[in-house]
Amino acid sequence: MGIDLKTVKHISKLSRISIDDEKAKKLEADLNSIFSFIEKLNELETQQVEPLSSIAETTLQLRKDEIKSTNIRDQILKNSPEESKDFFVVPKVVE
Amino acid sequence: MSDIIELTLVELANKIKKKEISSKEVTTAYVDRSEKSKKLNTYITEDFENALKKADNFDKNPNYEKKLSGIPMAVKDLFCTKNLRTTAGSKILGNFIPTYESTVTENLWNAGAILLGKLNCDEFAMGSSNETSFFGNVQNPVGEDLVPGGSSGGSASALAAKLTPITIGTDTGGSIRQPASFTGTVGLKPTYGSCSRYGIVAFASSLDQAGPMTRDVKDCSLLFEVMSSYDYKDSTSVDFKRRNYLNDLNNSIKGKKIGIPKEYRVDDMPKEIEGLWQKGIDIIKESGAEIIDISLPNTNYALPTYYIVAPAEASSNLARYDGVKYGFRSKGENLIEMYEKTRSEGFGNEVKRRIMIGTYVLSSGYYDAYYLKAQKVRKLIKNDFDEVYKKVDAILTPSTPSSAFKIGEKTNDPVSMYLNDIFTVPINLAGLPAISIPAGLDSKGYPLGLQIIGKAFDEQNILNIAYSMEEQIDFKNEIKDWWM
Repeated sequence: MGIDLKTVKHISKLSRISIDDEKAKKLEADLNSIFSFIEKLNELETQQVEPLSSIAETTLQLRKDEIKSTNIRDQILKNSPEESKDFFVVPKVVE
Repeated sequence: MSDIIELTLVELANKIKKKEISSKEVTTAYVDRSEKSKKLNTYITEDFENALKKADNFDKNPNYEKKLSGIPMAVKDLFCTKNLRTTAGSKILGNFIPTYESTVTENLWNAGAILLGKLNCDEFAMGSSNETSFFGNVQNPVGEDLVPGGSSGGSASALAAKLTPITIGTDTGGSIRQPASFTGTVGLKPTYGSCSRYGIVAFASSLDQAGPMTRDVKDCSLLFEVMSSYDYKDSTSVDFKRRNYLNDLNNSIKGKKIGIPKEYRVDDMPKEIEGLWQKGIDIIKESGAEIIDISLPNTNYALPTYYIVAPAEASSNLARYDGVKYGFRSKGENLIEMYEKTRSEGFGNEVKRRIMIGTYVLSSGYYDAYYLKAQKVRKLIKNDFDEVYKKVDAILTPSTPSSAFKIGEKTNDPVSMYLNDIFTVPINLAGLPAISIPAGLDSKGYPLGLQIIGKAFDEQNILNIAYSMEEQIDFKNEIKDWWM
């Protein structure tokens, strides 16, 4: 099954990664070569196989729902590209 | 001073404990050599001044009781280090200064180690040659314009060039073992759940594991012992009885059963690798272990499975890079445009390619055909190993299908690059431990490695086998300081 240019643009939209037409064409070729390699899996009959969802076959440990870090607002904001009065700043979302 | 850099970790630690050398002398030796080796481009961020200060403090107020007392070391730039820039080899984290420490590096500092700096790697650990790093190629000290492997390429290069006595990497599909093989060093990918993933920049969470990279098996055992711990901050961390791997190291492998999987004899495998594998088999036989032919029938499906599972998890993990909370941000007219431009300009080509593969295989209408299918095949691959481990104690294979290649040789063909990991990827899919040890040089004089794969949490066993083989192989890395 081939991936066409329209699909590449759709995936780029879903991934929130803008690409220009030239890059999209290159990606179309790359993705097709990668997916033709992946298609090999269709040789295998897997109807009866349980999918593997976790490699460490242990039950996840429960922990107490308690606060371990407090007063770290400055730490959280420290790496933000833009902030104002203890908030992250983003382009206007609501008119 | 120059002979300091020739010492192994175990030798260094002993000499520091016996007060034969100071931490300052050791740290100075490595800082000096690193300063003269910038051409290799191993460091993304140096922290030499602090390292020298810490070494000085250690010597003034020493505590010799710890396992890595006064030992300087550089680490892969995928581990978050508090107050020191952590980039994951990406522009998008180019200015990121963590406010917390990864558990694995915390374990190192608690054991007395001193940070030299952060080492180059493929962007978000996605690559097999260190060529996807935003901070440029890394040179392999083995030869000019050779890749060091990846993604822990800076780590392997720095270790082989003796810019650090030991280092740590991460391995999602071979990222410790393949560069170890390319540089003639030792690299261990531990069992999934053995080393905490807390504070490691995430690539594919069900596959990622941190591990030691060292000059020999003894060093590997000691460093692994320090790194591995149960950690409540990583919900997949496993609470098992950790051993004193160095103390329990034993070169007697008499009576062990070692499997040789026929599916690893791939077409067009270079004769030299085949020969080296045979040499490994002969050495094991001479040591009194038994060689057993085995079959891992689904081996050929491991790489296609990996190239669904890993990108799928990556696309989800990397969704957090949105230009809002940390990292690089580009300008946009509105929120969506800001996201799209930030991610387009902040990520490199390989990372974008994998995010898009992952997004596609998880998208509506394709999930069952790709992601669910891959999870089922992953189960089959794991079953293959479960089955053979009823008959054998460990498995011996080559680490890589070739020795180090030239920079630029494979960058235009993603699939040929992916094929590098053909022998290492199945182990990550099955969550098993595996070690790569240097086994010889090819006709070009480039190192080649052999891989020993163990049962889950049976690191001691593969370390013992590696230790026994290492003695017989007596590998000498012929690295000339051509870059100085």
